[in-house]
Amino acid sequence: MSVKPASSNRPLSPFMIGPYYKPQLTSMLSITHRLTGLALAFGTIFIAAWVTAAATSPEAYGQFAWAANSIIGKLLLIAYTWALVYHLCNGIRHLFWDTGRGFALKSAYASGYAVVGASVVLTAVIWVAAYL
Amino acid sequence: MSLRSPLSQARGLGSAKDGVGHWWMQRMTAIALIPLSLWFVFSLVRFPLLDHATMVAWIHAPLVAVALVLFFLAMFYHAALGVQVVIEDYVGNEGVKLVSILVTKFALFAFGAAAIFAVLKIAFGA
Repeated sequence: MSVKPASSNRPLSPFMIGPYYKPQLTSMLSITHRLTGLALAFGTIFIAAWVTAAATSPEAYGQFAWAANSIIGKLLLIAYTWALVYHLCNGIRHLFWDTGRGFALKSAYASGYAVVGASVVLTAVIWVAAYL
Repeated sequence: MSLRSPLSQARGLGSAKDGVGHWWMQRMTAIALIPLSLWFVFSLVRFPLLDHATMVAWIHAPLVAVALVLFFLAMFYHAALGVQVVIEDYVGNEGVKLVSILVTKFALFAFGAAAIFAVLKIAFGA
């Protein structure tokens, strides 16, 4: 005998966060890992456009460089840099977890704060170094 | 005690009939991307690559061309695997799920092919 689900509008992941499930650092960093991953995957279009423009002609590359050097282009590149550095740092955190270590509440929070701090600092270092 | 048949255990493919292939390749490409993406960002900071002549000269170096091809292979593969997981987790409708995965995989592999071809064209060019 099959049982009818109690309700068809039960909250599904990730939409349970907020009204039904208190946001925590760990869950927020987890969803941010996915969001930055999606953003980086979308951004690969621009990396493909970048090398394709270089292979096409100096004029085509000049247009790409102009767009990348514009204010909007620079803001997108800074955001993309942060997404990359965050996904890289948190990815290393995930690879460490894959060894079965670091799951205690205290260490999960410590590595989480470390990832947030490192992502901001490294993004700043990269952009300062780019202008030196 | 396991309820799984000896044949099922020997195959090790689990209930999804897919084994650990997807999971494993996601980790392999992730590990490869640590040094490759660090090198890539370092190069972007180190050289004024928005200048066409500098960019072409940079890719002309064999080691740079090979590293870029490896970086693009790992990056587009890793992106395709990751986006697939997100779609599988959040898209309920089977038809929409299948079409979404097809479209994103075709797109990412097309962009990856374009990026690698562009590197090779510059590397082999005069």
